[in-house]
Amino acid sequence: MTEDHAKDERIDRAIGIILRTGVMLAALLVAAGGIYYLAGHESTQPSFAHFQGAPASLTHIRGIAKGAASLDPLFIIQLGLIVLMATPVVRVIACVVGFTWEKDWTYVVVSLIVLAALLVSLIGHSG
Amino acid sequence: MLLFSILVFIASVAAGFLGSLTGLGGGVVITPVLALLFHVDLRYAMGASLVSVIATSSGAASAYVREGYSNVRIGLFLEIATTMGALGGAHLAAILPTFVLSIILGLVLLYSAYSSMRPPPEHLESEAPDPLANRLRLNGTFPENGRLQHYVVQRVKSGFAVMVSAGLMSGLLGIGSGALKVIAMDKVMRIPFKVSTTTSNFMIGVTAAASAGVYLSRGYILPSIAMPVMLGVLLGSLFGARKLGGARIKVLRLLFAVVVGALAIEMIYGGATGRL
Repeated sequence: MTEDHAKDERIDRAIGIILRTGVMLAALLVAAGGIYYLAGHESTQPSFAHFQGAPASLTHIRGIAKGAASLDPLFIIQLGLIVLMATPVVRVIACVVGFTWEKDWTYVVVSLIVLAALLVSLIGHSG
Repeated sequence: MLLFSILVFIASVAAGFLGSLTGLGGGVVITPVLALLFHVDLRYAMGASLVSVIATSSGAASAYVREGYSNVRIGLFLEIATTMGALGGAHLAAILPTFVLSIILGLVLLYSAYSSMRPPPEHLESEAPDPLANRLRLNGTFPENGRLQHYVVQRVKSGFAVMVSAGLMSGLLGIGSGALKVIAMDKVMRIPFKVSTTTSNFMIGVTAAASAGVYLSRGYILPSIAMPVMLGVLLGSLFGARKLGGARIKVLRLLFAVVVGALAIEMIYGGATGRL
């Protein structure tokens, strides 16, 4: 095994831990918000057959953070989903750091391009 | 609402379980189930599915990484293609009428049903690598029978092109597009099947995250539906990741193919008659 790949493996391992932690945190938030939400809406008749779009405050990060701070259950769920969406972003950031450490500039650039695409989507649209 | 959530949760556990067992992912199955069985609008179903796709990809990745199969360089390099494709697809999804989306999803499901029936191919012939693969240092090793097996990567440009369309489908339909990603790596770039599938799983989360911002801002992601779907698919996929006896897998694969095939026909029919 080349030294290259030994270092790659350490990057891999760090990434694995980041991903698992992020997913667990997200699942906890979604489950807590979900139980809280269902406790108050047991007998509401759900109707999702017609598309109206989620309420505007649930569609951008600032609105979600504000709602979650006031402990609104739907916003807690949505916050969990934002944490989930952020896990791949953190993963790519870890790659930027890892490849900088390896001084592999080609892959620093590759990771930065992927990171830019993710940030355009997440912050450009819902920031 | 409680009953609805419990039923959606159970369906999601089943989708996640079968999806990870067959390697197709739960996303592609849960969207038609929500649309057809639970009468959820296709766009809400796509939003919930996309979220669950990120959860399974990130949740399962750590297990694959430990086994040393996935290739970070190949994954990252091809993620340029999939994230660009996904951004385009997510924007296209807002323009196209839902009946077109449901027909496209039906066709993807039909292909998935077909591909889940075939056993994984193995090819380990040693060919000369693509010079581009050398320059990008994509060639790697993976453990097999207790030792490291070397592999080289072919046709990088064609693989990259197929990955753009995989990303496009992911953004367009809110799925992981795992089947298309594996085609690009396994069939086109000649990467060993195990490396292809695990690297694909790794890439799915990043690809889906590229569409997620667009979906969120368009109001496709409704917390009340996404909640049982995300938790269910995640739980189901964690169970499915554990190895099962060979015979039972064959039966489950067949069952899965039949179910997915039936859903595919329903989606195409529903789309064509304007019901969806």
